[in-house]
Amino acid sequence: MNRARWLVLALPVVWMALFFAAPFAIVFSIGFTESAEGIPPYAPLLRWREDGSPYLQLNLENFRLLFDDPFYIEAYLRSLRVAAISAALCLLIGYPMALAIVRAPARWRAALLMLVVLPFWTSFLLRVTAWIGLLQDRGWINSALLALGVVEAPVALLYTDLAMYLGITYCYLPFMVLPIYATLSKLDDSLLEAAADLGARPVRAFLSITLPLSLPGIIAGFLLVFIPAVGEFVIPELLGGPDAQLIGRVLWTEFFQNRDWPLASALAVVLLIALVVPIGLFQARAARA
Amino acid sequence: MNLAAVGRPGTPEPWRDPDAVPFLRIVGVTKRFGSFVALDDVSLSIYRGELFALLGGSGSGKSTLLRCLAGFLELDAGSIILDGQDMAGVAPYARPVNMMFQSYALFPHMSVAQNIAFGLKQEGMPKPAIAARVTEMLALTRMEGFGDRRPAQLSGGQKARVALARALAKRPKLLLLDEPLSALDKNLREATQFELVNIQERTGTTFIIVTHDQEEAMTMATRLAVMDRGTLAQIGTPGEVYEYPNSRFTAEFLGTANILEGVIERGEGGGARIGSSEYEFDIVTSSPAPKPVGSRVFVALRPERMRIARVESGTPHADNRLVGRVRDIAYFGDFFMVHVAMEGGRTLRVSLPNLRRITERPVDWEDVVAITWDADAGVVLPE
Repeated sequence: MNRARWLVLALPVVWMALFFAAPFAIVFSIGFTESAEGIPPYAPLLRWREDGSPYLQLNLENFRLLFDDPFYIEAYLRSLRVAAISAALCLLIGYPMALAIVRAPARWRAALLMLVVLPFWTSFLLRVTAWIGLLQDRGWINSALLALGVVEAPVALLYTDLAMYLGITYCYLPFMVLPIYATLSKLDDSLLEAAADLGARPVRAFLSITLPLSLPGIIAGFLLVFIPAVGEFVIPELLGGPDAQLIGRVLWTEFFQNRDWPLASALAVVLLIALVVPIGLFQARAARA
Repeated sequence: MNLAAVGRPGTPEPWRDPDAVPFLRIVGVTKRFGSFVALDDVSLSIYRGELFALLGGSGSGKSTLLRCLAGFLELDAGSIILDGQDMAGVAPYARPVNMMFQSYALFPHMSVAQNIAFGLKQEGMPKPAIAARVTEMLALTRMEGFGDRRPAQLSGGQKARVALARALAKRPKLLLLDEPLSALDKNLREATQFELVNIQERTGTTFIIVTHDQEEAMTMATRLAVMDRGTLAQIGTPGEVYEYPNSRFTAEFLGTANILEGVIERGEGGGARIGSSEYEFDIVTSSPAPKPVGSRVFVALRPERMRIARVESGTPHADNRLVGRVRDIAYFGDFFMVHVAMEGGRTLRVSLPNLRRITERPVDWEDVVAITWDADAGVVLPE
């Protein structure tokens, strides 16, 4: 009995230690090293004196650079803004979708939910690439607009912010719909009946009952979209404009093109802390309320 | 127990007055769900200040009728007229009707006071007036000091009080109560029943309560309707329906009844003599039979109106006397229910009050016993 319990607890702990804590510790420590020629491309953190005693060679330059160079700060802020706007777009589209699925006849619900997650069955890359086919100058959308005579010359759609938001919103929408659906489907119908019975018109009942009670789903969905969108690399890279310097792309450039592992590590660590600390504080407050 | 059977002191009985104007008129109401007829041409008049109970099993249509009154369901036929106003096409939020839900349906994200104030806010009542009404409702339901609590911090009984306070806050013309006490344990339920009746009398609001609990209906209601498969099987005061059931269904649904079958042979001294079609004996009643001589009828006999005594084996049946063998004795604390097996396998139930702690039971398992009853005990069922 006790051993079984220990095993159940140990499994996730070991998993988290091996695949989250250890890699994070490695990335974190690389952030304090100096860039160097060679493989791996950084100087060791732990060094040895002449007399054989060990010492740590800490280098804080990487972190200082992040806060000194406005390029990095702007990339962070831009990423946060893009993620927030994308999450808000997902919420605007996803909430009515979730509500419609909950209110749909029971026999339709499973099929509608299936449709929401159906895109996951195709490769993520393929789906993003498909948008290129739709958005490019001779793509489906421009061809249709030209054929209908709405425009005379192709509209620049691809490699714009619009394309990037379209791509992120499209790809992350299910992560918004599912948690909101989950909270809405648990909502007791009699609460809405009670609100109506007490004189609340449908809009009033929605605003004072449905919306506040689905807040946990909204928050969960928002975080599920916002967090990965902050570090999103593929979609801005494939669909966004060349000036879209998001933190994901900056990280990629530092890591693969500049081979500056210490700076890339510092970038990743700061990004993580910038996300985890406020979200942790928020959730602690929510738990107390 | 049965307060209403004797009529409450000072309670008028407007339903006996042919000139009284009903407060709520339900006329020929029909409601179908697909091919299932949930309400079949139901007509019912309820008077101002009544506490009317709709009693029935699941699927009897009692909740459907309540939801039609609240406006959650549209009628397929018929009309509902409340205080002279036809409710057809009036949305739930526009009806002068409020409901206490079975699940209480308290808003979990609002305090008790906010729950009670919700309906008043929708009316656009000014804030000081809302606060005063909330205080009044908390006092009425003895929930003073609980205004700031969340529903999750309340016990079942307290939730029921808040649900009642919220439903009464708008001073509705009609309060609908859907199985209001079914979530409470027995003692709390009985205490709350009396309190509900008390509050109803103090506010003078017309209550319609849906319940499957016959004791609840009997103790609380001024009148009740027994519902069966979408129709009203019988309407009357609890006393009338219990003492004079009009069918096998109501006789067996309300309390326990032994049903005997027979053929009316002749009138006898203002009553009737009915020849049993099951056993070699006659049932003699003191009230006249509702059907002509020669008709087949059912006679209902309440277990508490029958006596039981040990007799010699081989004692024959006689007028209002049946002889059988005790097969089971169920102990209920305040009484025993004796199951007596007749020849042919039928079982009759006779209750014995537990008047004093007994060392020797008056009857025991496998005893041969005679069950006897007075002529005024049997009710010849009209249907």
